[in-house]
Amino acid sequence: MEHHLILRVVTKLLASTIILFALYVQFHGDYSPGGGFQAGVIMAAAFILYGLIFGLDTVQRVFPPKFVHRLLAFGLLIYLVTGILSLLLGFNYLDYNAFDPQHPSHGQHLGILAVEFGVGVTVTGVMVAIYYAFAGRSPPVDDEDW
Amino acid sequence: MIVTIIDLVLFCMLVMTALVIVQTRHLFAVVMLSGVFSLLTALLFVTLDAVDVAFTEAAVGAGISTVLMLGTIALTARRENKPTRSGILPFFVVLVTGAALIYGTLDMPNFGDPNAPAQVHVAPEYLTNSIHEIDIPNVVTAILASYRGYDTLGEVAVVFTAGIGVLLLISGLGKGREDMKDD
Repeated sequence: MEHHLILRVVTKLLASTIILFALYVQFHGDYSPGGGFQAGVIMAAAFILYGLIFGLDTVQRVFPPKFVHRLLAFGLLIYLVTGILSLLLGFNYLDYNAFDPQHPSHGQHLGILAVEFGVGVTVTGVMVAIYYAFAGRSPPVDDEDW
Repeated sequence: MIVTIIDLVLFCMLVMTALVIVQTRHLFAVVMLSGVFSLLTALLFVTLDAVDVAFTEAAVGAGISTVLMLGTIALTARRENKPTRSGILPFFVVLVTGAALIYGTLDMPNFGDPNAPAQVHVAPEYLTNSIHEIDIPNVVTAILASYRGYDTLGEVAVVFTAGIGVLLLISGLGKGREDMKDD
């Protein structure tokens, strides 16, 4: 993809915007469409786009595979730990009222934020990891081959 | 009226895309067309006011899975082989399955029926109570993350397991370790 000047420039502009949009979808999911799943996929799309245009090695320097593999488990852990925290505070598993018993809705906000963040992290990790797995196996393809 | 026209146009394009996918043997075109198919489906979800689902369909169906299919093509072949056997039996099976599915929809409630089972069970409770109990405007998020927290936990576990499975099958974490030794 060395000679695709337009693609390279547009990707540089878009990649950061896509990440920003992913963060918006992630943390504004309480008010607008979206949430962890969508945000995770959009976040992964930014890195996949970057990898497609600038090559797998470049994107793996930004987002190393080792880190991605940790990420994928870390998100699920955030979710599980949120549930365990509510248990330790004397409420049911994943009952977010535990985090602020005086104002249950505040607790709900906190819990949903944490849980959605966990979802987003895992989905980002899984999508990028799967992309790495596929792209790492295939030899680079000439533009003419398609 | 306008919604009906939009629906009709989208469904026509959906069917045309599907027919072209069946026809063509050029796999690159097939992958791109399945991306188009997902995007059209996402638009249909928007006309049904299911924006959260449309969002997911556009991001996963049209975005990520297209890239993954392209990766698969790069690993395998660019063209589909000509079938060696006749397609009459598969066509018959598809026809019967499709007829059975359409027969199954005859029992379903009409579109937008307020007395449909899905509308009278827990949905009214969620819609009326979530603003007091959870106090966030997006009821979909309230249901997914709070009321149905267990389900979502299960889904995340499924995504996680799928990711681990693909990693073990395709990339081979052991092989990665050998590569690191080489460095």
